[in-house]
Order: sequence, then structure tokens, then C-alpha cells
Amino acid sequence: MKIAVCIKQVPDTANVKLDPETHTLKREGVESIVNPFDLFALEAALRIREQAGGEIVAITMGPPQAEAVIKEAIGYGVDEGLLLSDRAFAGADTWATTAALAKAIEGLGGVDLVVCGKQAVDGDTAQVGPGIAQRLGLPHVAFVKGFREIENRRLVVERQMDDGFDVVEMPLPGLITVVREVGEPRPPSLKGKMRAKKYAIPMKDAAQLGLEAGQVGLAGSFTQVVKVFAPSHGGERHRLEGPPEQTGAQVIDALVDNQVIMLGS
Amino acid sequence: MGVIIDKELCTGCGQCLDSCPFEALELEGDFAQVNDSCTLCGACAEACPEEAITVPEVERAQDGRAAQAKGVWVFAEQRGGQMPEVVAELLGQGRRLARELDVEVGAVLLGHGLDGMAGELFALGADVVYLADDPRLAEFNDDIYCTVLARLIAEHRPEVFLAGATSLGRSLIPRVATAAATGLTADCTGLAIDPDKRLLLQTRPAFGGNIMATIICPDARPQMATVRPRVMKRGGRQDGRQGRLVAVSLTPEDRAATQVLEVVQALDEQVNLTGAEVVVTGGRGLGGPEGFDLVRQLATALGGVVGATRGAVDSEWIGHAHQVGQTGRTVAPKLYIALGVSGAVQHLVGMQGSDNIVAVNNDPNAPIFDVAHYGIVGDLFEVAPAMLNRLKTLRGQG
Repeated sequence: MKIAVCIKQVPDTANVKLDPETHTLKREGVESIVNPFDLFALEAALRIREQAGGEIVAITMGPPQAEAVIKEAIGYGVDEGLLLSDRAFAGADTWATTAALAKAIEGLGGVDLVVCGKQAVDGDTAQVGPGIAQRLGLPHVAFVKGFREIENRRLVVERQMDDGFDVVEMPLPGLITVVREVGEPRPPSLKGKMRAKKYAIPMKDAAQLGLEAGQVGLAGSFTQVVKVFAPSHGGERHRLEGPPEQTGAQVIDALVDNQVIMLGS
Repeated sequence: MGVIIDKELCTGCGQCLDSCPFEALELEGDFAQVNDSCTLCGACAEACPEEAITVPEVERAQDGRAAQAKGVWVFAEQRGGQMPEVVAELLGQGRRLARELDVEVGAVLLGHGLDGMAGELFALGADVVYLADDPRLAEFNDDIYCTVLARLIAEHRPEVFLAGATSLGRSLIPRVATAAATGLTADCTGLAIDPDKRLLLQTRPAFGGNIMATIICPDARPQMATVRPRVMKRGGRQDGRQGRLVAVSLTPEDRAATQVLEVVQALDEQVNLTGAEVVVTGGRGLGGPEGFDLVRQLATALGGVVGATRGAVDSEWIGHAHQVGQTGRTVAPKLYIALGVSGAVQHLVGMQGSDNIVAVNNDPNAPIFDVAHYGIVGDLFEVAPAMLNRLKTLRGQG
């Protein structure tokens, strides 16, 4: 089975701190990491390869330094990597992003399964996976939390829903996005790390993907950010101080007075 | 591509660097420089005290779709004949937007055997219901749902299309937006209309909730957005309200490639955080799994459910299903009580929409106090029992 995994380099938001005065992000010293959900995608791909055989290609789109996430993927044990990099890609919304990723997957030829993490932690849109599937005319199942059957021509997966989960059969080729329940990522292997050091990463720009400047990046995007502002936390703020038995009672009284807590029933 | 910085006016003060959410500005010598990360959002232009920054217009292909599109549509999600609460919220918000645009509200309902649901949508504010009732739509499969929705959009050309940011919506709608070749904004918490340009102003948290971004889709139509549940106010219900019912047929070729073999209801495993009126959340300040006993007691006394921070979940004090925050659930209950929660950015984005936030923490500088309506600095193991006692007393159980 030929598997493509889409991964993204993101700022390590788990370690981002807020500036208490300006309420903006303190970015100094924030490292770039592989999007945490994409590690579950890599792990899922590795498990599928163990069962069905085949090869895995990790694809990322980003600036030249995004090659770090391809090296990391090689370390985890994927077979090949591909970096999509072009100044023209900058500022892409999810429509322009899927344009490039879909072309790259097409260019690999004969991909049976595309695996994405459920969303990237910097954008949180969860739009890229299903968008790629539509562009490639493939079926997709999003938010996969487990596998029931893995065969060369079909998968049976568990899809997380708000009220439980569905068991869904998907013929291949197809695309899945995965959530953390698919399994914790294994640590990178020593052999993989050695290989990553020497691995020369293939790179493609927009022209090599057969895309014009107007189809990618900011110019190829439908959406546009027109304003950014600090979130307002509405409502009055009260700071209660004093002995715990007093503050505990005070807050309950205030909530009862404001009909937030109903005593009846 | 990037903003234009006038070197004559730039003093190198660096205020634009702080304002940029994308790290697209750098100081080089005495001037600000823009790099490839610029998205032309204009935050720097507003921040610049010297008015040295201008935002160029981006040339985009205009395909004339904006002029022809009309109407506000809401996707009436259902599973097994049950509509999530967000559908009523979308119809309430849809009515407000439609009034400003002076257009009708359409609701799109897909499934099988949905007798009576169209009437419910009229009562909740739909003027038109597009009903595709077919055995092939009985279960949710992205591809065939997408085919039907994209075809309806192409035929009727709504200018706005809203859906709930539920698991189903977040799986299906990106596919529909791609099929319709239009923009989509995920997880909106605010929607408004720019009346001059008839544009939908779509506001959503970005960068883990640290900033809010307002996004537009200038040319392509429909302007599509998924909307977070429990953020918009639902409209008033009018029993007996009438509307037009449009029956939608599938073509013989329409079929789903995927097949749902089984639907497993597993609410207790999932914890119904999203729908809860009261959430009591425990963080690392609980000190261990046994600390959650106190959280459970308070949640039970208030008829609420138990939430947890990522720190508590990662320490394996409680299951992931309880996690509130960026990688867990987003909640906006009437009452949110945070015990021993410091308030990491990823947590705040998942709960800051709550109506009333109570925080108990030892550390007076914990960021949770920035969003708390009632902040109590103190030992949660003393304050929470005091809260329980007071509840018992007031209820005459003391």
C-alpha cells in the first residue's frame, strides 16, 4: 500500500506564554515542532504499513526550514519525504493549501491512502484533509479513532462523532484524518535518525507542481483576514479574598443572587 | 507580497512587530522589514504611530458570483432524526443576518424518513426548507452529502452558508466548500454583516485563542462558515409558522463510496461536556487523581459534569473525554468552575465563552483570573468544601 501523510510545522503553542500586560503571545524562544496531531497521523500510517506492507511518503508545505519536520518523519520510519516550498505559497488559506497538497499527492502516482492529523494546532481549522479528498475525488473519513480492518483495497475504521462513534467502511484509494485515540506515537528509531541525517529531501515549487502563482498562496486564497484584535473577556470581575469558608460561601451567594445557581428542584 | 513600509516615515520603533500575529515583521537596522509570512491583515498599519505602513489591494480573479448570490442558508444537521442544538442557534443567527441583507433564510435538511422535521425548521425561523429525503442519505457519508449540498448551492446560489462546528459539520463542510470552490472559515464565534458590501464578517479565535481574527470571503460565494455550538443565541420559536418546502431528488448515479456499518451511541464515554449547563473542572492543582473526588462532589451538587485540563489528563488522573481546551472540548456553559487550574492559553480558548467563570487557585497571578468573573485566591481544598457547605445550608440540607 502506498501511503501519503500530510504534516505541518507549527509553533509549539503548548509552550507559548501570554504577556500579562498586552495579552499578546510571547514568541521569543518558541520552537517549531511537528503539529502534534500529525504525529498520530504518522503513527497510524506506520501501523497500517506494518499490517499491509508498502511505503509511506511524508509531505509538508512550508518555508525551507520546514524540512525539519520531514527529517523528523524519516526518523519515525517513513520511507520518503517531500517538501513543497515556494515564496508564492505564503499566506495560503486552506483552499490554496489543498491546491498544492493535492497536486503533490497526484504527482506521487498510485497513492492508496492519504493520512492527515485532525487539525493543526496553529490554525485549528480541520479543513485541509477533507479539502484534499474532494480535490482528488477520493472518499474520506474524518476524526478516525481506531481501525477495525486494514486490507489493501479497503479500511474499516471508527469515526469519532459528538454522540459516540460510527464504524465506517471505506474503499481505497481514500483519505482519513485521525485523532489521538489511534495510538500514541512510537519514539523515533536510532536507525531512522541516522537515515534522516543523510536524507536529501526532494523539493517542489509551484511551477513543478503545475500550479500558477494565482492558484497558490495569498493570491490563490478565497478568504482574507481583515482585522485582528485581542479577545475581550466580557462581564464584571470580582476578586474574593479572605478566609476560605467566607469566600466559598460568598461566591455561592453571589451565584444564587444572580440566578446562575437555582436552589429549587 | 506584503505590506508596504515607507522608509521615510518609519522610525524603527518596533510597535508593528508586536502587533503582527504572523511574525511577518523584523527590524533591520533602523527600519521595519516585511517577510513572506505577511497575510496583509493590516494589524501593523493600525499599530504604526507614524502611519508608515500601507496595505496593498490584492488582485483576485472576480468571477461575478458575488452579484448573483442571494439568501442565507443553514445546514440543518441531523443524526437519526435528532438535530443538535446548534441548528436552532444557526437559524436564530441566520434570521438576524438575513434581516440585514433583506433576504430569506433557507434550511437544508438531508436524511431519510424525516417526517415533521421541516415543520420544526419553519418554527425555528426557516423561510424555505430544502429537503432531500432518500434512503441513500439515511446514514452520514461525506461524499454523497457533499454531492447533494454542492449541487443545491450551484443551483440556488445562496450568498451565506452556515453550519455547526460539530464533528459532522467539521468533516463535511470543508469538502462542500472545496466542491463549491469557495472560502470557509472554521469555528466562528461572531458573525456580522458589512451592509455596504454585503459581506459576512466572520470572527474566530486564532493562535490558540490569543487573538481574534475577522475574516472575509470577498468574491467567491457562498460565504461559508462553521459556527461553534453554544455561542450564538437561538431565535424565538413560533409554532405553526409556515414556509416553502422544496423537495430535492437525487440522481440515479448518486451513491456513497463509504458505508456506515454501525452507529455506536457512547455518551458516557464521551462525557457530554459540550451540552452541559455547569462544568466543574480540575487542573494540576488537585495534586492527584483523588483530588477529582472533590470536583465530582461539587459537579454533582450543581447538576454539572466534570471537566479536566490537559495537564490533569496527561498525568492520567482522569480520562481524555473530560478534557476542556484546544485539544479537548470547547464548552460555554452557564457556570464554569475551575479548581486548581492555572489557565494555560489552550485551556482558556476552550472555556472563555462561559457565561459565569469561577476560579479557585493558590497563585494570585494565575492567568485563569484574567478571565474569571469570580476569582478566589486560596486553597481549593478549603474553598470548595466551603462552597459545598454553603449550598447544603441554602438548600436546607445542612
